[in-house]
Amino acid sequence: MANILKIEHLFKNYGSVEILKDINVEIEQGDFLVLVGPSGCGKSTLLNCIAGLEPITGGSLHIGGQDMTAVSPKDRDIAMVFQSYALYPTMTVAKNITFGMKVRGVDQATQDKKLAHVAQQLQIENLLKRKPGQLSGGQRQRVAMGRALVRDPKLFLFDEPLSNLDAKLRVEMRTEIKQLHQRLGASMVYVTHDQIEAMTLATKIVVMKGGVIQQIGTPAEIYNRPANLFVADFMGSPAMNLIPAKARANGSGTDIQIAQDRGDPIVLTDTKNRDLPEDVILGVRPEDIGDAAMRSGAHMQEAECLIDIVEPAGADTYAVMQLGGKHVTARLHSETNAAPGNAQRLAFDLGKVSYFAPDTGLRLN
Amino acid sequence: MTKWLEENTPKLVLAPSFIAILVFVYGFIAWTAWVSMTRSRLLPKYEIEGFIQYDRLFASPRWDTAFGNLFIFGTLFIVIAMILGLVLAILLDQNIRTEGAIRTIYLYPMALSMIVTGTAWKWILNPGLGLQAMVRGWGFEDFTFDWLVDPDMAIYTIVLAAIWQSSGFVMALFLAGLRSVDEEIIKAAQVDGIPTWRVYTAIIIPSMAPIFLSAFIVLSHLAIKSFDLVIALTGGGPGYATDLPATYMYAMAFSRGDIGQAASSAMIMMLVVFAIVVPYLYSELRSKDG
Amino acid sequence: MADLSVSAASPAGQSQTGKIALRWSLYTLLCLFALFYLLPLFVMITTSLKSLDEIRTGDLISLPREVTFDAWRTAWSGACTGIQCEGVRPYFWNSVLIAIPGVAISTLLGAMNGYVVAQWRFRGANIIFSLMLFGCFIPFQVVLLPMARVLGMMGIAGTIPGLIFVHVIYGLGFTTLFFRNYYVSIPADLTKAAKVDGAGFFRIFWSIFLPLSLPIIVVTVIWQFTQIWNDFLFGVSFSQAGTQPVTVALNNIVNSTTGVKEYNVDMAAAIIAALPTLLVYVVAGKYFVRGLTAGSVKG
Repeated sequence: MANILKIEHLFKNYGSVEILKDINVEIEQGDFLVLVGPSGCGKSTLLNCIAGLEPITGGSLHIGGQDMTAVSPKDRDIAMVFQSYALYPTMTVAKNITFGMKVRGVDQATQDKKLAHVAQQLQIENLLKRKPGQLSGGQRQRVAMGRALVRDPKLFLFDEPLSNLDAKLRVEMRTEIKQLHQRLGASMVYVTHDQIEAMTLATKIVVMKGGVIQQIGTPAEIYNRPANLFVADFMGSPAMNLIPAKARANGSGTDIQIAQDRGDPIVLTDTKNRDLPEDVILGVRPEDIGDAAMRSGAHMQEAECLIDIVEPAGADTYAVMQLGGKHVTARLHSETNAAPGNAQRLAFDLGKVSYFAPDTGLRLN
Repeated sequence: MTKWLEENTPKLVLAPSFIAILVFVYGFIAWTAWVSMTRSRLLPKYEIEGFIQYDRLFASPRWDTAFGNLFIFGTLFIVIAMILGLVLAILLDQNIRTEGAIRTIYLYPMALSMIVTGTAWKWILNPGLGLQAMVRGWGFEDFTFDWLVDPDMAIYTIVLAAIWQSSGFVMALFLAGLRSVDEEIIKAAQVDGIPTWRVYTAIIIPSMAPIFLSAFIVLSHLAIKSFDLVIALTGGGPGYATDLPATYMYAMAFSRGDIGQAASSAMIMMLVVFAIVVPYLYSELRSKDG
Repeated sequence: MADLSVSAASPAGQSQTGKIALRWSLYTLLCLFALFYLLPLFVMITTSLKSLDEIRTGDLISLPREVTFDAWRTAWSGACTGIQCEGVRPYFWNSVLIAIPGVAISTLLGAMNGYVVAQWRFRGANIIFSLMLFGCFIPFQVVLLPMARVLGMMGIAGTIPGLIFVHVIYGLGFTTLFFRNYYVSIPADLTKAAKVDGAGFFRIFWSIFLPLSLPIIVVTVIWQFTQIWNDFLFGVSFSQAGTQPVTVALNNIVNSTTGVKEYNVDMAAAIIAALPTLLVYVVAGKYFVRGLTAGSVKG
């Protein structure tokens, strides 16, 4: 299938400040690309560059196979949903949705037909005569989506569209956007700082930091095999435990030794990964540490750990301990008998861990 | 071509205004500065002769009076208008039921032309039939209030009329400032049992520093440009007693036919404004860009 | 901020009567100040309704014994400004003819400029805006001489179009400032959304920004109208016998040395000259104040 969006060696400077450095991304028809990263990482600037709202300093940008590097936004065949919704305050909902068609000289009958279709799709038929000021946050959000949908563009752009909604509505709209994507089979680029949104919506995630792409991959790849310490720490909640450790080769695999604040260091034997340097940072997700009694598997390794804090969270209970000088969180069963101050026998799933180099932060395995 | 046009429309739209300002403000300032360095009299000459016009200006007793008057007038006008404005604003801030009406009354002079203000006060202050005559008519035969025709006192009539015209505006500025102070801070002070007057002196007024600055800028700007009021109220008289730089400049330019003097006096006015306004504008634009 | 005086009673506790006394003195003070501001207007009106005889014999603040509109009639169509004796009527209309186009053009240009500076930022736009802003603050004396010559070269010296031109040029800084400050608070996303929707520079202005601008248009129009109507310096410098604005005519009537001093006519003429701006103030005071404060405390 053809690339719907292809960005090659894109650079963006404001004066002497480099905002985006050598960005290379491509997506195919029907992809849902999420640009995620902390604020100031350049993700919104990148989206604006794709839209043509910001000129780029270097590189090229193709949409639907055509070179759009220097084309103005109106000719890029895109539609965009903004964080502030950017509804035209003096126009009714209907006029907001049809404004783009009106500007482009689409005849009235087509306008009406498309408006009716989109309104029905988003269930905003009863709002069409209102002005944006009379709408709730969620309704504005729908209208903003309607304005994009009605254009039926090659590429949809979303700039943190859910960040102004309250928590409950945000989850609802997230599901709705996902449904919409699946139903339309449209191609989308979506900016967010919320890694859960990224994980749930994307078919492809780009993690950014400081104007540089850290990793591109499917949600599963990003989650299971983070490319560096930044991605490991940023994606996932609670965050991945990153524990300084010593690796030592032994016959069948590698011994991973982790210091404990009190008591003896624990040693786990990794039979999967070899040839690790001596100093490593072990990355292990909370769900990959569990009660020894309830876990078993090929790469399970057990150790006695001193529990500092126990945090029941309904479905799970989180236990926090000190390993390698760091707070380490384990996700235990809600009926665990772990108690603060006691030692607990925990199982580490070494089949799913990541190793990083302490100096470069890059993935080792 | 269309692409170029599309990209440069904003610049093209701004261009005529920008060019107009460049020519009619900055170009003209340059022209005046140039001419102020020449021997121009009735007609401008363009050979630079140095600072002779400024030497003449500073040697002229009339300019001396005018410049001195600017300081008397400016200082009194600014200080009194600010104090009066602040007092009125604080008085009006005490949950006054008829605040709207009172505010309207205090502020209406600002809508009048200085010429109208001057005309009205000229009539009130004229000794023959105005205030002095009225009080004498009440039986106080010795009452004297003839500042308007007293060369030593006439400048104070201008101060009076200017304050009458502008203090309501200062009040409006301060009132807006008082209302923009964070209410929670005031509530906190009230809970702490701090008396009202201390709330004002210790909390509210210090937090209005930017408004004092704005009021100062606007008033000093008004003072330096004051021209209409003097023309209407005293005509610069008696003699030259109430001349200000603005009237001096006008007299030189349009009745004396001394363009060199007009230009150099205008430049001095310009420099005074510069000294006051430039630091202010600079800091304003700085803080907004940040 | 309300209720400070009431709720912040000192712990020592003022007596109830003390509080009432304080309240009364407060109102008395406010009324005294109101009298100070109203006195000149009151004197103007009463004087304009008196006959000259009554003015000479009566006292400044007494009400007219016999109300007469003769002075108003004379002021409107018979008073002498130097050698001509047509009252302020022709000059009143001159002011109207100067103010209307002057206000309309400077407001329109200010709106476009403000729109560019606030929403279409380009390299150097801020410097251009700063330069325009500074133009608001120059003492106009510094441009009088060259302007007189340039108006002559353009062939509009002493004409009404000449005065309109001058008022537009030197009003631009403020009108641009007003619109810029208003438009800068409108999120940039709106312009971006419209660009993606396919609208261009003028379309966005016309369809999105202009419909939003009513409040700032009112503020700007009132501000510019007051400025132009009340102007004296440009009027006296750049007009000639037939094209003077009403402020200049008023000054000429008041200061004309020929004949008997008719104070009642002076006052009637002054009120006539003040009426349009006073009317605007009474009808739209809120916007008037907003313009004043916007012009000084930049938002």
